[in-house]
Amino acid sequence: MTHHRSDDIAPGDILLAVENVSLAFGGVKAITEVSFDIRKGEIRAIIGPNGAGKTSMLNVINGFYNPNEGRITFAGRTRPRMKPYEAASQGIARTFQNVALFKGMSTLDNIMAGRTLKMRRNFFWQALRHGPALDEEIEHRKFCEEIIDFLEIEHIRKTPVGKLPYGLQKRVELGRALAMEPTLLLLDEPMAGMNLEEKEDMSRFVIDVNNHYGTTIALIEHDIGVVMDLSDRIVVLEYGRKIADGTPAEVKSDQKVIDAYLGVAH
Amino acid sequence: MFYRETGQYKTTYAADMAVFPILQDRIALGLMLLAVAVGVPLFAMLFPATGNYFLQVIMIPFLIFALAAIGLNILTGYTGLMSLGSGAFMGVGAFACYKLTTIFPDVPIVIWVVVSGVFSCLVGVLFGLPSLRIKGFYLAVATLAAQFFLQWCFVRIPWLFNYNASGAIEVPERTLFGLAVTGANATPLARYFVVLAVVAGMTWVASNLIHGRIGRSWMAVRDMDIAAQLMGIQLLPAKLLAFAVSSFYCGVAGAMMVFFWYATGAEPEVFSIRQSFFVLSMIIIGGLGSLVGSFFGAALIYIMPIVLGAIANWSGAPISAATIEHLRVMLTGALIIFFLIVEPHGLARLWQIAKQKLRIWPFPY
Amino acid sequence: MDILYKIFIDPFMQMGAAPDLLVQALWEGLVGGVLYALIALGFVLIFKASGVFNFAQGIMMVFAALTLVGLYEWMARHGVPAPAAIALVLTIGVMYVLAVSIEKFVLRPLVNQPDIILFMATFGLTFVLVGLGELIFGGEPKQMITEQLWLPKGSIDMKILGGLVSLQKIDIAAAVIASAMVAGLAVFFQSTRIGRALRAVADDHQAALSVGISLNQIWVIVWFTAGIVALATGIMWGARSDVSFALEIIALKALPVLILGGFTSIPGAIVGGLIIGVGEKLGEFYWGPLLGGGIESWLAYFIALAFLLFRPQGLFGEKIIERI
Repeated sequence: MTHHRSDDIAPGDILLAVENVSLAFGGVKAITEVSFDIRKGEIRAIIGPNGAGKTSMLNVINGFYNPNEGRITFAGRTRPRMKPYEAASQGIARTFQNVALFKGMSTLDNIMAGRTLKMRRNFFWQALRHGPALDEEIEHRKFCEEIIDFLEIEHIRKTPVGKLPYGLQKRVELGRALAMEPTLLLLDEPMAGMNLEEKEDMSRFVIDVNNHYGTTIALIEHDIGVVMDLSDRIVVLEYGRKIADGTPAEVKSDQKVIDAYLGVAH
Repeated sequence: MFYRETGQYKTTYAADMAVFPILQDRIALGLMLLAVAVGVPLFAMLFPATGNYFLQVIMIPFLIFALAAIGLNILTGYTGLMSLGSGAFMGVGAFACYKLTTIFPDVPIVIWVVVSGVFSCLVGVLFGLPSLRIKGFYLAVATLAAQFFLQWCFVRIPWLFNYNASGAIEVPERTLFGLAVTGANATPLARYFVVLAVVAGMTWVASNLIHGRIGRSWMAVRDMDIAAQLMGIQLLPAKLLAFAVSSFYCGVAGAMMVFFWYATGAEPEVFSIRQSFFVLSMIIIGGLGSLVGSFFGAALIYIMPIVLGAIANWSGAPISAATIEHLRVMLTGALIIFFLIVEPHGLARLWQIAKQKLRIWPFPY
Repeated sequence: MDILYKIFIDPFMQMGAAPDLLVQALWEGLVGGVLYALIALGFVLIFKASGVFNFAQGIMMVFAALTLVGLYEWMARHGVPAPAAIALVLTIGVMYVLAVSIEKFVLRPLVNQPDIILFMATFGLTFVLVGLGELIFGGEPKQMITEQLWLPKGSIDMKILGGLVSLQKIDIAAAVIASAMVAGLAVFFQSTRIGRALRAVADDHQAALSVGISLNQIWVIVWFTAGIVALATGIMWGARSDVSFALEIIALKALPVLILGGFTSIPGAIVGGLIIGVGEKLGEFYWGPLLGGGIESWLAYFIALAFLLFRPQGLFGEKIIERI
């Protein structure tokens, strides 16, 4: 897999910077003045208790919500407002907390849908489905088959995803995001509701994606053990504010984090 | 036992991506095309009385309705946008074709049939614009605006029907390769060939679109529009394209309906909301999001009253035509409810299940 | 310039020149609006309590009116005493049977299906009711019974603004009955045990089930109530024109009303109905001639669309925050 964009950013440099971002729905503040950055090539975790604003943060990053204040710089470009599909075309892909697959389509079609932005043939070639359009379709099919092999889901290639068990759906969703060849991959609770074995599988895939393809990953996860093992750096949110930021070891010994998770003795 | 893909290995992705990857399916499709393109015409030539009746009353309207159903299915079944205005879009095609062929009588009528689809397509895009802000049932009401407004235009703008005193379209005679294909002198066989060619070609194109990038983006919008956006699919272009293609298909179906089925003329009343409901019930029963389902639905909904009438005739019971019509409407409704309860994916899914059963026959599983 | 004058100036000049006509048009628009609102009310009731977008509401109205007239005619012909009253009672009974059958044969088997499936089921129900109604009562238009149901006839003519404004008594009765029904429903929803259960069901089916509310019973009650509303509306509409399935087209106009008011708001249905009724009447009266008339058939939809482009959630709906 090759990266078409943001190649000029060297591994270890800042890929995404979130500065003083605030987000409110009506009077309810979801995020208050949060700043952090994601470096190219790292696995960055965002953790926090329920309702801390983690998913809202991801939604802001990929343009689904626009922040009320603050700014976001991705791959050297600071953006004012942005639409989700623009985020996608700049190389941000994501998975969802409650699986958001295209339920009526097969696994293969779901993953192929992730290639939409890479496909160029116009309507009239598509209508004929011969020549260049077919060549293009085959070329992308090969790419998707690599992902299918990588995620070990060959046997469910043609199964409608609505019929798959939850763990496999999560895997297909990861495949769909990978098909976009993202620069930044956002994973919203990739291991929620999984048993130990499935969690191990998924952890392996996350590490492999990061190692093999050099994809930068930001993930939300509740299983602290998994987070500590996987991530390079961790941001901790509570009630929409950042309370800690650092390596797993630093975060683990941070008093505010311990208070947030275990409660404060009064 | 005979219908199974065991032993049919695919060595290329192209082979695996074929619309009919199984040999038996391809043979069946070939046989069916042979039957409708050669068998039916032969039959009509050998037995003109029955044959022409069969063509005029069953085959031609069935194919035209199937085309309209494919059009609506692209919008409602594949893209998930409920439309109650397909009848009006058929009307746009019919009126456009009529205007075009009366202004430029020398251009072959088949070209105008296709071009009239373009007009319908433009009108469809216009009425599809609200779909960016409006979703679900609300959008159904927007399409009702199209239905009633266009219907009003058909009646109130005399230029559209060339100021005919009857207020109806009167189909002039047009020839293709020296053979009359429209008007009172056109034989059912000539009209049937034109309809068959257009419907077969457009079905093939629809299948191509649906199996490629465009079809996937439509279904993505239908299944989960938020995720589709995050895949880089822009909602408005995808929805407008669905409106465009859908109304193109409906427009061509409408033009063919007047020029190749009624053959002499049609009143604006033909394109009323009842026609929209009729086509919608075809795709619900046939199967939302299925091309073959569009054909099944058109067959069942269109042919059912004919069969009912035939049974009434045959039994000799004193049942009036009106009663049969009422029974048909009731039965259509009951079938819709029945299918939604038993198999929400319609006849198309039953067909799949039947094929699956056939694959493992004679074993139960 | 001439066309701009005709669109933007002339109609208002006309309104100023003949205020009595304006009052007359406004009144007729308001009455039409009340009746649209009544149909919409039936939709809202069912949508609130079961999340079903009942496409068949308009047909239920026609079916109810047709049943009433059909039964009356049959009994009058056979010399049954007090046919109107008996027919009314029997029709209410028919609406109850209808509610029970819909619950048993349509809703119960389809519980937990996506909304669009339920919508299409009511679409099928429309066909069934049209077919059944025509099969039993025939397709030809019928005369609504009004005096027999103690509804007033004739009109009150008032001299105002230098002209005669004529108010049909039946229209006044319609407005009164509609207000009474809305008030009754509001009380029913807010302050009775069943009303509370209805609201609970509307919010969340499974949660309602888990606190011991019987969905089946609630659905029968709601569909029966909507049936009664449909009957009342059918009588009023029938008194203004004939009773036939052509009323179906009028019933569809309740949809733009719903769009304006939002699917879940009873006040919304009423305000939406009045806006559509008045807007449509004034549009037809003052701007219609410019376009050759008959614009009533689509104007309501365009008014609703115009509103919708600015407020996609309707006038009274809450702003939708999408979550993922």
